[in-house]
Amino acid sequence: MSNPSTLFEKVWADHVVVDETPETPAVLYIDLHIIHEVTTPQAFSVLRDNGLAVRRRDLTLPTLDHSTPTTPVSMFKDLLVAGEGAANQVRQMQQNCEDFGLDLLGYGSGQRGIVHVIGPELGATQPGKTIVCGDSHSSTHGAFGALAFGIGTTEVGHVLATQCLLQRKPKTLAVNVDGELPEGVTAKDLILAIIGKIGVNGGTGHVIEYRGAAIRAMDMESRMTICNMSIEGGARAGMIAPDETTFDYLRGRSRAPQGAAWDEAIERWRLLRTDDGASFDKSVTLDASELQPMVTFGTNPGMVVGINDPIPDSSDASFKKALDYMQVESGKPMTVNTVDIVFVGSCTNGRISDIEETARILQGRKVADSVRMMVVPGSEQVKKEAEERGLDRVITAAGAEWREAGCSMCIGMNGDIAQPGQLTVSTSNRNFEGRQGVGARTVLASPATAAASAIAGYVADPRTYS
Amino acid sequence: MKPVNKIRSKTVVLPTRDIDTDQIISARFLTTTTREGLGKNVFHDLRYNADGSEKPDFVLNKPESKGCRILIGGNNFGCGSSREHAPWALLDYGFEAVISTEIADIFRNNALKNGLLAIVVDSDTHQWLLDNPGADVAIDVAAATITLLGAKIIEFAIDGFAQHCLIEGIDQLGFLRQQTSTIESYEENRSWKP
Repeated sequence: MSNPSTLFEKVWADHVVVDETPETPAVLYIDLHIIHEVTTPQAFSVLRDNGLAVRRRDLTLPTLDHSTPTTPVSMFKDLLVAGEGAANQVRQMQQNCEDFGLDLLGYGSGQRGIVHVIGPELGATQPGKTIVCGDSHSSTHGAFGALAFGIGTTEVGHVLATQCLLQRKPKTLAVNVDGELPEGVTAKDLILAIIGKIGVNGGTGHVIEYRGAAIRAMDMESRMTICNMSIEGGARAGMIAPDETTFDYLRGRSRAPQGAAWDEAIERWRLLRTDDGASFDKSVTLDASELQPMVTFGTNPGMVVGINDPIPDSSDASFKKALDYMQVESGKPMTVNTVDIVFVGSCTNGRISDIEETARILQGRKVADSVRMMVVPGSEQVKKEAEERGLDRVITAAGAEWREAGCSMCIGMNGDIAQPGQLTVSTSNRNFEGRQGVGARTVLASPATAAASAIAGYVADPRTYS
Repeated sequence: MKPVNKIRSKTVVLPTRDIDTDQIISARFLTTTTREGLGKNVFHDLRYNADGSEKPDFVLNKPESKGCRILIGGNNFGCGSSREHAPWALLDYGFEAVISTEIADIFRNNALKNGLLAIVVDSDTHQWLLDNPGADVAIDVAAATITLLGAKIIEFAIDGFAQHCLIEGIDQLGFLRQQTSTIESYEENRSWKP
């Protein structure tokens, strides 16, 4: 009988090609490599310079998302709008995929979208896989019980050429979430509360496993929102053990196993859970029933406060600098701040349930005249499904913009940005200085809080609008 | 990769905590398809006014900072985005080492793979470095030591493999490619196929 293991340890052990030693890291096999236009050009150049091929084209999933514009006009014009640099980057990705024999999910594929939205929706993201991408929000895929983490461009080159990475085994952190989320409080509020509790470096060097009743009760899209922001707590990866919710989500998706292979997969996936008696290097516990909608007030995702609570105070210089940048005051709640832009989208909250929640709040209401609201589906498939269900018409009738799929304002490198000083309530994952434009101020929140704030014209409690 | 072993330089101090990679190199400069030329935009929004003129108060714009190759950052340096453009930009600008009490995982990995030393020190040493901008600091990778003012020697922890690759200038892709037959046999023998 082997020692009790954590979910992470099981997936790790299954992918070790060469054991680590004090002198050398482990060689870890990668089952799915998702690539996009921004963090791959220099990796393809390394392959070209060394005369190397892509080792496993079948395990490589390329798309376009970061620098693609989301303006709903013709494609060619779009690329010029976003700038020649972005257009060149997209053309180079198309050329690289052609030269290396990769099937790009690009324009016209109907399957293009944010890397961390399309992996799951295609069924390519599966329990027990190792998944990497040159993007730190690769932790999203851990919601399925995969070991998924972001890598740099040099490592993208390693995976393209060898399908492997050199890795030291990380430590483990259990985040236990007991209880039940109150009405009007969502996965986004929970993960912001978790980051507030552990700090933006609380997970450094660790892989998080999210556990407990509140996690088990969540649907897959909520679990993805949780795992997505693991990196905001410093952890490269976050995982949730797969269960019936996971299997129900994946069943029938085009890249999920089919027929007899599906039955075999389910049998294997059921073993992917932390054994009783297995230990974690660290653990923290939260009670979900005590939570309220959360918003950030500062310039990192750990600077977070309940929607109606006063902003805390600190004599720390970095804290004061953040409050100055945000033009907010200690002792006052965030709800006193007027809003210029509301952004719903990103790999954190750009899935169909997020669009649905946004439409539910906007239904029969109007976005305040002083607010520009952008709703950006996470993928072409999310866009199509939302339109089939008429959600886009609810959104546009309220006065919000319904745009093309992409990373949009989350990263501010595709033309979608805020102007200096403007305050954006954003469903994305980072409120760093300048993230959404030079001098732009970002308040991270759930889709419900974002939609409520768009209607109110100031940062607003979504429970007022349910 | 060019071998890196000994660095001696005066320091530049950026004491803010949680300096993220968006601040090191903004996403709007990531439309490049090469590694070169990012240095002119490192810390862009901290360095320049909207009209492109330098902000005189920012540390990199001070005359005494010119030519300094060691950056002392606040705790949790390099958090956020996985963009390797961050270490590329720091190297292109002329930095060869970053020292802090904590350095984010992905940034540290990326930095070491490009020959940018990412060194974690204890909080007392860190505080001394923060309090003494422009201090003369020598780093010895092989010995894994930092020497302050040519006198006080501090040891730091470094992964043995990263240390070896830095000193010898080893490209890790070459090392991985030597494992090809083991990788092939793993692929053939694993109990399930992705």
